[in-house]
Amino acid sequence: MSAASNKEPVVGRQGGGLYDWFRQRFPWDQLMEDHVTGYYAPKNFNWWYVFGSLAMLALIIQIVSGIFLTMSYKPSAEDAFSSVEYIMRDVEWGWLLRYMHSTGASLFFIVVYVHMFRALLYGSYQKPRELIWIFGMLIYLSMSAEAFFGYLLPWGQMSYWGAQVIVSLFGALPVIGEPLVEWIRGDYFISDVTLNRFFALHVVALPLVLLGLVVAHILALHEVGSNNPDGVEIKKHKGPDGKPLDGVPFHPYHTVKDLPAWVMFSLVFAAIVFFAPEMGGYFLEHANFEPADPLKTPDHIAPVWYFTPFYAILRAIPNKLGGVLAMGAAMFVLFLLPWLDRSPVRSIRYKGPIFKVALTLFVISFIMLGWLGLQPATGVYTVLARVFMVIYFAFFLLMPVYSKIDTTKTPPDRITYHG
Amino acid sequence: MDRRLPRLMLAALLLAAPGFAAAADPAVPLQRAEVDVRDQASLQRGAGLYMNNCVGCHSLKYVRHNTLAEGLGLSEQQVAENLQFTGDRPHDPIRIAMPGAAAEEWFGLAPPDLSLTARSRGTDWIYTFLKSFYADPESRTTGANNKVLEGTAMPHVLWELQGIQAAVYRTEQAADGSDRQVFDRFELATPGRMSPAEFDQAARDITAFLSWAAEPMQLERQQLGFKVLLFLLILFLLSYLYYKEWWKDVK
Amino acid sequence: MSDGLNLGRRRFLGVATGVTSAIGAAFVAVPFLASWKPSARAQALGAPVEVDIGKLDVGSMLRVEWRGKPVWVLKRTPEMVEQLQMTDEMVRDPESNEPQQPDYATNRHRSIKPEVLVVIGSCTHLGCSPMPRFEAGDPALGGAEWYGGFFCACHGSKFDLAGRVWRGVPAPLNLVVPPHSYIDESTVLVGVDTGAA
Repeated sequence: MSAASNKEPVVGRQGGGLYDWFRQRFPWDQLMEDHVTGYYAPKNFNWWYVFGSLAMLALIIQIVSGIFLTMSYKPSAEDAFSSVEYIMRDVEWGWLLRYMHSTGASLFFIVVYVHMFRALLYGSYQKPRELIWIFGMLIYLSMSAEAFFGYLLPWGQMSYWGAQVIVSLFGALPVIGEPLVEWIRGDYFISDVTLNRFFALHVVALPLVLLGLVVAHILALHEVGSNNPDGVEIKKHKGPDGKPLDGVPFHPYHTVKDLPAWVMFSLVFAAIVFFAPEMGGYFLEHANFEPADPLKTPDHIAPVWYFTPFYAILRAIPNKLGGVLAMGAAMFVLFLLPWLDRSPVRSIRYKGPIFKVALTLFVISFIMLGWLGLQPATGVYTVLARVFMVIYFAFFLLMPVYSKIDTTKTPPDRITYHG
Repeated sequence: MDRRLPRLMLAALLLAAPGFAAAADPAVPLQRAEVDVRDQASLQRGAGLYMNNCVGCHSLKYVRHNTLAEGLGLSEQQVAENLQFTGDRPHDPIRIAMPGAAAEEWFGLAPPDLSLTARSRGTDWIYTFLKSFYADPESRTTGANNKVLEGTAMPHVLWELQGIQAAVYRTEQAADGSDRQVFDRFELATPGRMSPAEFDQAARDITAFLSWAAEPMQLERQQLGFKVLLFLLILFLLSYLYYKEWWKDVK
Repeated sequence: MSDGLNLGRRRFLGVATGVTSAIGAAFVAVPFLASWKPSARAQALGAPVEVDIGKLDVGSMLRVEWRGKPVWVLKRTPEMVEQLQMTDEMVRDPESNEPQQPDYATNRHRSIKPEVLVVIGSCTHLGCSPMPRFEAGDPALGGAEWYGGFFCACHGSKFDLAGRVWRGVPAPLNLVVPPHSYIDESTVLVGVDTGAA
């Protein structure tokens, strides 16, 4: 039943006239049907599956709190730091806006990492969902850039020196390196010029890119339909109404399931915002409560926790260019996942022990690399970083081999739902 | 199988301690300040000590006098009389008496503003710093050095209260067999007006005050937090029951 | 397989959850909306301004800034005060019926003390700053009918020495008198009424 012909006014509905006027001019019904009430998602989603919509919640929180922060923040080297304190102390509820934004950033990354992990567990990147994965990876990269630009804005010691280190990495590139670094900075050193342009990128450019990518991500998902913990294609078995037998309409079933997840997220979010906004120096770094001083380098320069795994890889290679390439490769190899995984089954539930061991080792190496990124780059830390880096890359680069030779179980044809 | 991994993640994350950024690691281990920002009497004493001993050089430029009144449970009148320079108005920030340029001339660098020191260096650092001045007339023109910030240009402002400490060293064997002097402990060479216990409390009061000054809204933040969490708990219960109710439909 | 009881429960839970969520949303909105209120810094910058008129000559005017606006403090001569009644016929609102001034300035001289005028120097037409023209008899401003006052060059509006606007000029209202009070005989506090802190 196509909604295109369904433009008759609904009698007795409140505001019927205006609503119908709108529906006759805008594909509201079709949109609702395609993406909300008529979009069928598998009925066996477990709690790993709420992290996509939680990521959307995190994005909304960042945008709204960010808009309000921009109303009082001053993007100049002279005023930036004090404007943040102005927000914290002088603007009514400014402290809450600030903490929402700083906590939201870290929680956004936690949620996205769990969301990506879910994809690893259940093979959500496999055909026909490769493009969803690619859009997702692009979102992850954009988020990382967004976080990087945003971190310079408070103009604290860690802001300044973190930017100094990361921007100078580009200098490792042969021939174009040094001019590139100067072009990025817009000046001969990280300065007011750099701050202003990072502000524009953080507040306008990247949020627009992110929103566009999220829309693309969801559209690509809705085109092929969601995966599920059994890795089974629910579209293979449809009922007489043309809807998958093993699916339920997204609304109301998954919206009503996402709501308690949103509330639980808000609980964790609020607990941090109101009781531990600094999170021991992980979410708000101590060094950043000192204004940027180009003449004084902090003892330990570390990026914010969500970048540390890649930072550890960067430092593991003794050569500057080599380190940059390794770090880039660590991010880029994730894009290749749909083509590296040659397993005939999607979900870990039906994969063999090799994959389970490999995934466990990967998670351990990612966490260890993250921890190592926070330590000084000396002695045993460097050795460990190299070891875990090898494991990290091995997970991907050996996957074409081990995913083929691994034992598999036959996945069921239909989903069993255990209420 | 799926569930073990995220717990591993959490455990590993919690192991790493990021630590505070210090200019150079102090020679003495930091003592625990254990400040209680809810103790208004402590904050008031700390504010008084600060205004009498510290504000001559160290501004609190992000703290307004009327914020001081609110946070310390004082009236604007009381703040004006006891904790404010004449000429400053309640809404003015806490500035220093010394002109900035002169500071650099006299001390080599301008004494830093302390509004955020409790957040950048931590309360333990401040507390230990206040207690770690010792006599060192040979290397410092002020006659005093500090084991937490070796080579500090800051004079031992609180010497009348604490008295004068001497640094006592012991001899140890280095890895290459040679002798080296290692800091052992402080000894009170000249007593001050306060006993060591009293001075500890004074140092704690100043630290508590600075901890408050670094984030004046922290108490309000926590109080509101309880209400927010309670509300969200109720909402969680309701939304969870609602979800369960709908999913009874699904087989 | 939903029986009647279930539907009732479902609706109840739905309403309860919905209402609680809406309340939560309202609470969340509060800090965002409240953050638009004047910040502590705005309040500090907008704080009352003390004006020392001890050394102000009679017949002269001081200018200060309060909340981004020019405030004029004019020490009128006894003559100037006396002659205010001469302009009663020529001004639009001689008794200051329009709410352009606090209660204590709703009089002919539009001030607390007859000899001191405190007024915001912003033309009530479109906001230009009028110029003082205290010399009586200025031919360009009406000759014999001009007893001194303010002239706005932008569109020709005229105000008398109490800031009352003339008839037949573009400006519709008298100049605004800001809340003010006297700390002592020679200090005006602009921005605060008598009795307020």
